[in-house]
Amino acid sequence: MIEFQLDEASGVATYLQLVQQVHQALRMGMLEPGDRLPTAQQVVARLAINPNTVHKAYRELEREGLVRARPGLGTFVTRSPSGTDPATQARFLAGMTDWLRSARSAGLGPDDIEAIYRTAFRSCFAEGVA
Amino acid sequence: MTGVIEASGLGKRYRRTWALRDCTLAIPEGRVAGLVGPNGAGKTTLLRLAAGLLAPTCGTVSVLGEDPAAGPAQLARVGFVAQDTPVYARMPVAGHLRLGAWLNPGWDGELARRRIAQVGLDVRQRAGSLSGGQRAQLALTLALAKRPELLILDEPVASLDPLARREFLRGLMEAVAEHGVSVVLSSHLVADLERVCDYLVVLVASRVRVAGQVSALLASHHRLSGPRRDPGALPAGVEVVEESHTDKQSTLLVRTGEPVHDPSWTVKPVSMEDLVLGYMSRARDDRARRLEVVS
Repeated sequence: MIEFQLDEASGVATYLQLVQQVHQALRMGMLEPGDRLPTAQQVVARLAINPNTVHKAYRELEREGLVRARPGLGTFVTRSPSGTDPATQARFLAGMTDWLRSARSAGLGPDDIEAIYRTAFRSCFAEGVA
Repeated sequence: MTGVIEASGLGKRYRRTWALRDCTLAIPEGRVAGLVGPNGAGKTTLLRLAAGLLAPTCGTVSVLGEDPAAGPAQLARVGFVAQDTPVYARMPVAGHLRLGAWLNPGWDGELARRRIAQVGLDVRQRAGSLSGGQRAQLALTLALAKRPELLILDEPVASLDPLARREFLRGLMEAVAEHGVSVVLSSHLVADLERVCDYLVVLVASRVRVAGQVSALLASHHRLSGPRRDPGALPAGVEVVEESHTDKQSTLLVRTGEPVHDPSWTVKPVSMEDLVLGYMSRARDDRARRLEVVS
């Protein structure tokens, strides 16, 4: 079972934060097909948010075909987002970790590293669009 | 569809002062509606009228389709938690529960006991010696154990510390999830409202400045910034809520059903706080302008 967190400073709508956290948990293998998502009641009890927000997030995930609500039983993961082969994920995670370690030992701080990452990310995906 | 609270031309006068005047609004069912506005906007008066605690001087108000003070059956359908969550100071917690059971035909004693245990209240303790957070939880428990269809809360968390506030809202949201009760609550704490509300009403000087489903409101409002220009030159259908200008730059809060395509504007989404502040300051500016015209 996953636990949702809220980042109030992010400016991202609450329901979207829940959707994104499920996406991420699926990508990282923390959620797998057959797993049950927390009930609206459980999420509400943890985060003190409106239950309709949880329903909205789950509806969105259902529309994306990632989960299915089974009345009386809960909401279950049906499949992972496409293109997320766990072995590939793990390979890139390991590569990224190595890169971060070498950046740190070269004397770069978290802010430097983040700035580099963002710049690289932007130029890479801007190329992809153009 | 019947709204949980519907008011038309509603007014309440105390001697020579109008606490609420010509208020028209409709809050739909099944929502957690946040009522925000500056002090003196008439929020408390509106909520007390809806709870049947006050009689209107003029206009009409209906709650769940009925006159709020229609009789005991109507009062049983509505739970009301007043400002500062009042309790009987000398009476122990258990006494409050007995009183609740005795006064309310639909009293859910099981729910009351479960909630009291859940929030860790000692039933023998006198209510006067409870902390602010505990007192608020007691008041919420009493209101919920009535099993109302509508729960009205007037600034329930204003005086609570952040943790007690979170605990209170958590209890409230659990009740919404479990019983599907509609909620109308007033608060100045927009960050809290952002978490719990799916409907928003901004009330300034008795008038509804904006009302609607939160997601729709956030989707239709944008913050535009760009080189200085006349907001009158914006395309039709774009309503300027708030504007500020420097000699080089203009920043606008706008409401529009259409996406803004003009590339010279930088378009950013707005938060609930931006929206509330935008409408509140517009109302203040309107008022200042009217006073200028008069003087």
